[in-house]
Amino acid sequence: MVERRPLLTALTHTVLILGVVVIAFPLYLTFVASTHTTPDLMQSPMPLLPGSHFLQNYLDAWNGTGAGAGSKAPVARMMMVSLITALIIALGKIAISLLSAFAIVYFRFPFRNFVFWAIFITLMLPVEVRIGPTYKVVADFGMLDTYAGLTVPLIASATATFLFRQFFLTVPEELVEAARIDGAGPMRFFKDVLLPLSMTSIAALFVIQFIYGWNQYLWPLLVTTNESMYPVVIGIKRMISGGDSEMQWNVVMATAMMAMIPPATIVILMQKWFVKGLVDTEK
Amino acid sequence: MAVEKRVVFKSKWLPWVLVAPQVFIIGAFFFWPAAQALLQSVQQSDAFGTSIEWVGLENFRNLWNDETYLASFYTTAIFSVSVAVIGISLSLLLAVYADRVAKGALFYKTLLIWPYAVAPAVAGVLWLFMFAPSVGVVAYGLRAIGIDWNHLLNSTHAMTLVVMAAVWKQISYNFLFFLAGLQSIPRSLIEAAAIDGAGPWRRFWTIVFPLLSPTTFFLLVINVVYAFFDTFAIIDSATQGGPGKDTAILVYKVYYDGFKAMDLGGSAAQSVVLMVIVIALTVVQFRFVEKKVTY
Repeated sequence: MVERRPLLTALTHTVLILGVVVIAFPLYLTFVASTHTTPDLMQSPMPLLPGSHFLQNYLDAWNGTGAGAGSKAPVARMMMVSLITALIIALGKIAISLLSAFAIVYFRFPFRNFVFWAIFITLMLPVEVRIGPTYKVVADFGMLDTYAGLTVPLIASATATFLFRQFFLTVPEELVEAARIDGAGPMRFFKDVLLPLSMTSIAALFVIQFIYGWNQYLWPLLVTTNESMYPVVIGIKRMISGGDSEMQWNVVMATAMMAMIPPATIVILMQKWFVKGLVDTEK
Repeated sequence: MAVEKRVVFKSKWLPWVLVAPQVFIIGAFFFWPAAQALLQSVQQSDAFGTSIEWVGLENFRNLWNDETYLASFYTTAIFSVSVAVIGISLSLLLAVYADRVAKGALFYKTLLIWPYAVAPAVAGVLWLFMFAPSVGVVAYGLRAIGIDWNHLLNSTHAMTLVVMAAVWKQISYNFLFFLAGLQSIPRSLIEAAAIDGAGPWRRFWTIVFPLLSPTTFFLLVINVVYAFFDTFAIIDSATQGGPGKDTAILVYKVYYDGFKAMDLGGSAAQSVVLMVIVIALTVVQFRFVEKKVTY
């Protein structure tokens, strides 16, 4: 702080607390709604303190035993699909980007720059601008309703490749020379020298890409038609399509809470990596 | 930083094996479909895909003459400008105050960043729940003060709802970047101004805000991209583009025309227009990054 101004300090905390309250209110309300019965929520206004049906609502959602009008797929299965999808996307992006960055930085081969720019240009082709034809390719490969279909088309990553390339360029040349004198081949060097050095970047990218994978919506909406392959984010949307009045908001909100917990846990526990990942991927 | 390594490994085949997975994926799922979209945008096929006819630029001409498409452009403009301006102002306000706090900064930060982890579709559902005309607690509050909230009928209400949800979801991202920008401003500058008698308000507008302008501009581009492309899930879960087509932004329309109305040529032409928009936005963003380096 530059100078002492008690009034301004009071204002600062007021603004921040107000901000936190407004930001947190939707989350609090979701939690409250997930602990009441449907009739409780239907009275206006709904109660603003947690109720007593916490366990029952979460079990109903988890096992798909609610009585609502929308979809009743068990959330347990959807959470599993989301987890597997997010992990494959995050780890897959990191793996293939590490390998291509390694090839681009540590080898000379024809079309090297061309490959680099081709990867880079995919930044300009988000899935939204090519949904129809990409769907068709995935359908032709027979990958609809499979984990491959959900993940592989999203695994290419210009930002991760670029990030690893930048990082490899800062690794001292002496390390390669030493490795070569010691008779280590390229893959040995990659595994024993580059990989350990890249761990910070890998952790940061993992946080960002896991959240990216978990929160995917448009793509799973297109390539999954079978209830057993819905990620939880799609599942919630299906639950609320039963109409406003008969909806079991309590079970929907319990599902929403469960859908938020894994990515939120990662952000909060790995806050340092998360901030680093966010800043690094936008360079 | 060197752009090339002096010492490299030698192998004729290994580099190709290493880049193969990425090259295969971008070829099969990025470039091939993008080329198909370009191709389809100059063709017209019937709903069963049995006959294909070259129509040149007719799909694009149809778009220009399609009032719903122009309306969707207008909707997208309103939506993305609102999301960017409101989101950036609110997060700048919060970041400036959070930067002042010596005690409890981490506490505020932790509480402010976690909407980032919430999926856009879930964010849409959360806000829908608060504002649902029948059960929503905020809708109830609004009725109590005389506003008859119904986003299922009133398009201004619907637009307000999706803008709020989209801003809420993006605020943590903007906040983190502003906070980082504020913390990189040298303390000595602020202190010098304070000694010269400039109050906090004056210091903010004459020193802090101009020094933050690269961050602000960067976030402006990022927020517009976000509003254009990453808010599909929010809109689909909160309003489904309704009432009528009043919250159907361009991306929503591409999806709807291609997958629900099965108009492949029209949808492909819209994809091409979107592609041009992304390319323009990316170029703007990179021009700016270059500038930042030479500062």
